[in-house]
Amino acid sequence: MIRKVTCIDCPKGCVLSVGVEGRKVVKITGNECPKGEEYAVSEIEDPTRILTSTVLAEGFSLRMVPVRTDRPIPKGDIKRAMKEIKRIRISEPVRIGDIIIEDFLRLGVDLIATRESR
Amino acid sequence: MIERDLVIVGGGPAGMAAAIAAHENGVEDILLLERDHCLGGILNQCIHTGFGIEYFKEVLTGPEYAHRFIEKIRSAPQIEVSLRSFVVRLEEDKRLFFIKPGVLENVKARALIMATGCREKTREMIHIAGTRPSGIFSAGLAQKLINIEGLLPGRKAVIAGSGDIGLIMARRFMLEGAEVKAVIEIQKETRGLLRNVVQCVEDFDIPVYFNHRISKIYGKERVEKISAVRVDGDFNDIPGAEIEFECDTVLISVGLIPENELIEMAGVRMDKKTNSPVSKELNRTSIPGLFVCGNSFKVYDIVDSVSRDSVIAGRLAAEYLRALR
Repeated sequence: MIRKVTCIDCPKGCVLSVGVEGRKVVKITGNECPKGEEYAVSEIEDPTRILTSTVLAEGFSLRMVPVRTDRPIPKGDIKRAMKEIKRIRISEPVRIGDIIIEDFLRLGVDLIATRESR
Repeated sequence: MIERDLVIVGGGPAGMAAAIAAHENGVEDILLLERDHCLGGILNQCIHTGFGIEYFKEVLTGPEYAHRFIEKIRSAPQIEVSLRSFVVRLEEDKRLFFIKPGVLENVKARALIMATGCREKTREMIHIAGTRPSGIFSAGLAQKLINIEGLLPGRKAVIAGSGDIGLIMARRFMLEGAEVKAVIEIQKETRGLLRNVVQCVEDFDIPVYFNHRISKIYGKERVEKISAVRVDGDFNDIPGAEIEFECDTVLISVGLIPENELIEMAGVRMDKKTNSPVSKELNRTSIPGLFVCGNSFKVYDIVDSVSRDSVIAGRLAAEYLRALR
């Protein structure tokens, strides 16, 4: 079976034709760079996304601190991850790149700050 | 009268890249004016990833991308940053008047770079009929409310237009537990990047209605409902093809306009259609030594291109100042 997948790795948005047998990718065409191959395999076999959101900072003039997972997480875990993010409160100063939660939801990724608190 | 070698208006990606480039090209007296209380401009509210692939060969969020430039500016004492400084008047000889809390200041620039960005088109500019209830936001304003202020502007949204900010806000609403009923686009295809259609709309099963426009907004105090109608290739309504969506929020994402009232005030020759300066060459204007860069020169798709081209503005200003001596 051939599936069309739009690569989201860069702004070009290459449309890839992906040959799929069962749940495995067997052939990829249409990608302009090697990242497309990686993306297509992940998108068919185990789709993931980097999750970005904000957490509430208490006692700072900047009310929200933006955060992201340092690596992509399975798409299926995003709802659960958002629920957890809503529970977090930051009360200590953070710097950009600081880990807010280590091994977030036991997914093997860290939740990191993408802006300093102020 | 205070005179400065180089004044830059706007501390977003364009102004920051121009300031650093001017500094690296030997300009030693730079004043960077920013109206907000921090540098970074629109990047601060763009918390999603996708920035920096071309410029840094890395995937960054907006605040992370901005931070790289902010650090460089902090380490350059030749760049004086004046925050909460809002320019209200610009004259042909490059004299600027700006307000800071409590004072009106003026400064004459030997060279001037305007990096004032752009603003969003509004509901009024696309002529949507109906009432004028609360609940109608430009997509970028909704983005600021959620990502900076921590306020969710609505529970059930319809998005007018498929610009990138609208698509990104569709995802943001869904992640925040709100519902996005539809994205309604008058053109036959998306105005935004394909990747945003995939990860912001398709990921969340949000229906996109191409060749449709919002025909009417209903509601007294708050938006209650909208109707949309199918249009033909010339954007004329096709009667009888109306659909309705119950919603409390309408986000408008139908394009951006360069913010150039100041250079127009100074007498720079303008293209009235695009609201950008008439120019044969990147970043130049009809006034010598007055440069425009970033989204106020032309609206770019990605910030990486803004940084790349604004570096050139910084270099041009440095060359101009060298030639003055």
